[in-house]
Amino acid sequence: MSSETAPTAKPVKTTGLHVGDAAPGVKKVDPILIADGVKRTFGGLTAVDVEHVEIPRNAITALIGPNGAGKTTFFNLLTGFDKPDTGTWSFEGKPLAHVPAYRVARMGLIRTFQLTKSLALLSVMDNMKLGAKGQTGENLFRGLIPAIWRKQDSEIETKALDLLGRFKLDAKKDDYAASLSGGQRKLLEMARALMSDPTLVMLDEPMAGVNPALTQSLLDHILNLKQEGMTVLFVEHDMHMVRHIADWVIVMAEGRVVAEGDPHTVMQDPAVIDAYLGAHHDADLGATDTEHVEALKELIDDEQ
Amino acid sequence: MDWGAIFGNAAVELISPTTAAYALAALGLAIHFGYTGLLNFGQAGFMLLGAYGYAIPALKLGWPVWACLLTSIVASVIFALILGIPTLRLRADYLAIVTIAAAEVLRLVFTTNEFAAVTGSANGLSEYQRGILEFNPFPQGRYGFGPWVFDNRVWFFLVIAWIVVALAAVFTWLIMRSPWGRVVKGIREDEDAVRALGKNVYSYKMQSLILGGLFGTFAGILFVLPRAVVPSYFQPSLTFFVYAILLLGGAATILGPIVGSIVFWVLLSFFSGFIARAVEQGWLPFMTQVQAGQIRFILVGVAIMLIVVFMPQGILGNKKELAFVK
Repeated sequence: MSSETAPTAKPVKTTGLHVGDAAPGVKKVDPILIADGVKRTFGGLTAVDVEHVEIPRNAITALIGPNGAGKTTFFNLLTGFDKPDTGTWSFEGKPLAHVPAYRVARMGLIRTFQLTKSLALLSVMDNMKLGAKGQTGENLFRGLIPAIWRKQDSEIETKALDLLGRFKLDAKKDDYAASLSGGQRKLLEMARALMSDPTLVMLDEPMAGVNPALTQSLLDHILNLKQEGMTVLFVEHDMHMVRHIADWVIVMAEGRVVAEGDPHTVMQDPAVIDAYLGAHHDADLGATDTEHVEALKELIDDEQ
Repeated sequence: MDWGAIFGNAAVELISPTTAAYALAALGLAIHFGYTGLLNFGQAGFMLLGAYGYAIPALKLGWPVWACLLTSIVASVIFALILGIPTLRLRADYLAIVTIAAAEVLRLVFTTNEFAAVTGSANGLSEYQRGILEFNPFPQGRYGFGPWVFDNRVWFFLVIAWIVVALAAVFTWLIMRSPWGRVVKGIREDEDAVRALGKNVYSYKMQSLILGGLFGTFAGILFVLPRAVVPSYFQPSLTFFVYAILLLGGAATILGPIVGSIVFWVLLSFFSGFIARAVEQGWLPFMTQVQAGQIRFILVGVAIMLIVVFMPQGILGNKKELAFVK
């Protein structure tokens, strides 16, 4: 796992994550996040109804599923951005239910958003500095006296410069984040999330809207997170990416976890094929869904 | 046409205590709106609480100056908490609705005859300056130079007002370049993103609301010190004038509100002087003197529209920011 990954080399997969047969809600050897009975309804619609799910530590877990499966809602629930009707979940053994979003982040569970949230009229450097935890100068009264926070601020700046360099954004550090391209904003959001040294990084569609040239570098960054000992949970529609980097895949459909397993086996699971194809096989699927179907078909072909 | 008087009156506004008070109120709104993105449409309410919070204990209870100031501060913090607790968790528009309504409620409470014994009702209160005038270091008499000839009382209030404005500007500058300022600017851009980075957004918005509200409170005190206080000063139009000053100067700037206030008052005084005399001279035969008194506000309205359309960043604002505004 600690081997140096060259950009195009095949990533090293972590295996042996689960106990017993891979099935929805299977026990993990070393779970970092455990959710139980999490349910969220919007009026009559049950968006999320997850009985039990465990996220393995120090691995890359993909959360996939067709549109409307409840992946993003589940993300929002786990990170405190939405409140469930019922359910408990814990992160590193500490209960997380009803903990406000900012406290969840302070505990080391950092997320990014599907629609990138770069802080447009702040410089790239300020965006990065905002990500650092425990800043003394963020107190109104201590902020008044620069002598108190200047040293810490310059340490944060050094760290931010290092991260920006790795994400190839260092040349842009004094520009407004608004002047970055969509892909660069994704990179910035990920770099900013790393400023707080998180233990679990949750990425909501990190590849959405990123041009193919940047995709490879984003993938490498995600793989690097694992090498540095972090756990990654991401939502993604790009099946190639999922198969390429994920160690474990959780499939959601209509709010439930319908399958779990390593990426190669899970994609042959009839429940997964049903989730993508079954419910809609005679309906007009539209452009995005067709893409998934194509991708899935390709994958299934590849595997056989 | 007496151009000397027109320009003289306009020049007086350059340094008048009223200009300073409006600058301070606008600086408070810069913290709210320009830096944190809070839409406070009730700055007049904060100013009213400052004015009456000072005047009532000074006049009715004979409290010393520091106790009167403290009353103002406490009243304004409580007001900010009442406004903020229910609305700061919601979208920005809710704060705007609640603040404008709450400021009106306050003004009407101070206008009603029910509390006339305390508030003086629509006639307001006067002669509450005795306590603070004991500290007046300026000797008796009228002095000054050029158009700026005032009595010692006005000089005293003028100096206090600009000292407070200067302190507030330095305070705002210090706090906005600190990590605290970075967090509130982040909240202005996208509060969910800031929340996801582990900052207690609600608490920061509340701190900002209280801080900007306190600036409004001090502005209210400075505004009524040279005059008597009546509730009709604190109509919603006061808030809109302060917003006009803020937009004129530049919303997310420190000196913008001060420059904006000076420009606003000098122009207002110049227009009203010019139009009143032009009517006198018969240059505008279609207009009476009474109409002439109102037309300056029409001109202010036109000026605000022109600013927003052609110079939306304000006098001191950063034009670069606008390149990215959708």
